[in-house]
Amino acid sequence: METNINNREVAIQLSGVKKQYKLGQIGGGTLQGDLQSWWARLRGKEDPNTIIGQNQRLVGQSFMALNGIDLTVYKGEALGIIGGNGAGKSTMLKLLSRVTAPTEGSIDIYGRIASMLEVGTGFNGEMTGRENVYMNGAILGMTKAEIDAKMEDIIEFSEVREFIDTPVKRYSSGMYVKLAFSVAAHLDSEIMIMDEVLAVGDMAFQKKCLDKMRDAAKEEGRTVLYVSHNMNTIRQLCDRCVVLDKGKVIFEGDVESAIDVYMQNKMVEAKVDYEYSKLSVRPKHVREDVRITHLKLIDKEFPSYELKEPVWFNMRIKARKAFKNLKLRLEVRYGDETPVGTVPALIIGELNAETTGNYKVRFDTKELVSGKYSISMVLYEVDEFGNSHDLDLLLPAIRFELQGDDELVWNHGAWGHVVFQEANAWKI
Amino acid sequence: MAQEVRYHTHITAKHNWFDLNLKEVWQYRDLILLFTKRTFALTYKQTILGPAWIFLNPFLTSIIYTFVFGGIAGMSTDGIPQILFYLCSNAIWVFFSSCVTKNANTFTANASVFGKVYFPRLTTPISNVLSSVIQFGVQMLLVVLFLIYYFIKGEVSPNWWAWLLIPFVLLHMGILGLGFGIIISSLTTKYRDLAILVTFGVQLWMYATPVIYPLSQLGDGLLKNIIMINPVTAPVEAFRYAVLGQGTIVPSYYVISVVVSIVVAVFGIMIFNKVEKTFMDTV
Repeated sequence: METNINNREVAIQLSGVKKQYKLGQIGGGTLQGDLQSWWARLRGKEDPNTIIGQNQRLVGQSFMALNGIDLTVYKGEALGIIGGNGAGKSTMLKLLSRVTAPTEGSIDIYGRIASMLEVGTGFNGEMTGRENVYMNGAILGMTKAEIDAKMEDIIEFSEVREFIDTPVKRYSSGMYVKLAFSVAAHLDSEIMIMDEVLAVGDMAFQKKCLDKMRDAAKEEGRTVLYVSHNMNTIRQLCDRCVVLDKGKVIFEGDVESAIDVYMQNKMVEAKVDYEYSKLSVRPKHVREDVRITHLKLIDKEFPSYELKEPVWFNMRIKARKAFKNLKLRLEVRYGDETPVGTVPALIIGELNAETTGNYKVRFDTKELVSGKYSISMVLYEVDEFGNSHDLDLLLPAIRFELQGDDELVWNHGAWGHVVFQEANAWKI
Repeated sequence: MAQEVRYHTHITAKHNWFDLNLKEVWQYRDLILLFTKRTFALTYKQTILGPAWIFLNPFLTSIIYTFVFGGIAGMSTDGIPQILFYLCSNAIWVFFSSCVTKNANTFTANASVFGKVYFPRLTTPISNVLSSVIQFGVQMLLVVLFLIYYFIKGEVSPNWWAWLLIPFVLLHMGILGLGFGIIISSLTTKYRDLAILVTFGVQLWMYATPVIYPLSQLGDGLLKNIIMINPVTAPVEAFRYAVLGQGTIVPSYYVISVVVSIVVAVFGIMIFNKVEKTFMDTV
């Protein structure tokens, strides 16, 4: 659509940007520890601070969160940034919002940046809404005079006028977000950076925010950088999109193609045999006494199915302690991470201490249209009072593709991913 | 639409040690004032006595000093009424020590905000110094109250003209306290034990400074020389010279103290700016 793309003004230029993070323990954390280690190394002895049983020290090892990013963002465009977990999206935003500095390369930013890596940064519960607007605005780089001039607009947009002089600790979380977003949206900045801040707040307000951001880009000529897992908001807001993977830009172009590339890239991770015995593949804070160790798609060489063909898989669960009433939740997502539906409670039953249970699971796909899907699994226990406790999480656990011709050319963006079979019409 | 680009930020991996970035701090002056206001407003929220604590705290401390050091230990105050001497010393020392201790945990205390949004980090320590100035001002009201009482009784004779120098003394000590504070805070991002050491260290420092005793009470010797080298000694004595009319000002030591303060502050800002760029990766 833009023919003169090369003539457009540059808003942000990243050249060869790399960001390295050190893995493992960084130093001893205490002066004493570091001195001890240093003294031991000096004498050629074993470092007393090495964790026993750990063969090699992680100290000195590192990984590249961003590995050579070259990217030009033009003035007045709304650029989406997508990519899987650990692709480098958040790191990139952190560098742009100057929370941390790159290890190599350079970034040029033409204009002021309003970055919202989190809504309500600097909000203090004891202070009133109005006081917090001043505080938040100042943190984001506005002067008091600028905030005064915008105060009326901010309050109007936030929809919390009657509570503006109440301490924000009495706000509901929705009100909190509304007020915080309003401040950021009314900054006189040339560039806006948003990191999934819209995940909170009610639908109507989300839409209002998206509209506001689109206006910022289209009417006011501001530049918007938006990171999200939600492909629909990317579709609504952005006119260009970048796909990141393993710290590199693997695609740059129109939104639909970018989402395709992203989904294709996700499928590369798809296998038929999954080994999950390690704790490290899980998000933090899961328990250690029970876990799903293996998942294997039955009779498959590739994770590919015909339309309506059920997905059969074997599952192995290892328990250290006894569990009475285990259940499994399957959360089905489409390739672009939009939720499709959930099997809330598959009964697994009881499992004795120090045993391994093998299960065969069938997941019916007859409502799904063709496309790429993932299933996340949550193993949980229901106690005698009927409360459920999550025990193990795999996000996602398996991926598969459904192939075949749908009855219609399916418009995933508007129609979702499910065909409802049970509907009839009669002439009366 | 050839709009002139007013703002250009260039970010590289390289760090320029000599770029103190003070211009940007000035652009964020409103934020500094807001931080100061917030510190003040929040300290006494949900306390029964509220701002009365600002008076009560130094008053009680001074009474204890009068008892312990003046009464039990029988330390001289150079003929100044004890309670007034301690109130005055306490006001200036608390100003300095709060500049150090409040700033010593700048990075760790603000990690959640610093991790989400950029603003010149130096605004936080500067606002801490400002709120210490305000606290000092309030304490001075108490000092002045006692001073007038004893002045009328004819027990003190302040050097009124020297009061004009008090702002310079404050600036001087503020810069020194800020410098030490941010050096410590920069190091605490890596070594947490320093934070614990600070409270203890500042306490010790007080005894190495003529706070509970006047410099004139030390005989000429090694001890006096050590205490004279302490950069806080000169301004504390100068302050008492102005307020109470008693104090030893040695110009050469005062100059040394000012130079040390500036060096410490510049060095502090340099490592602070270095640390602020990447500290989020370690905290």
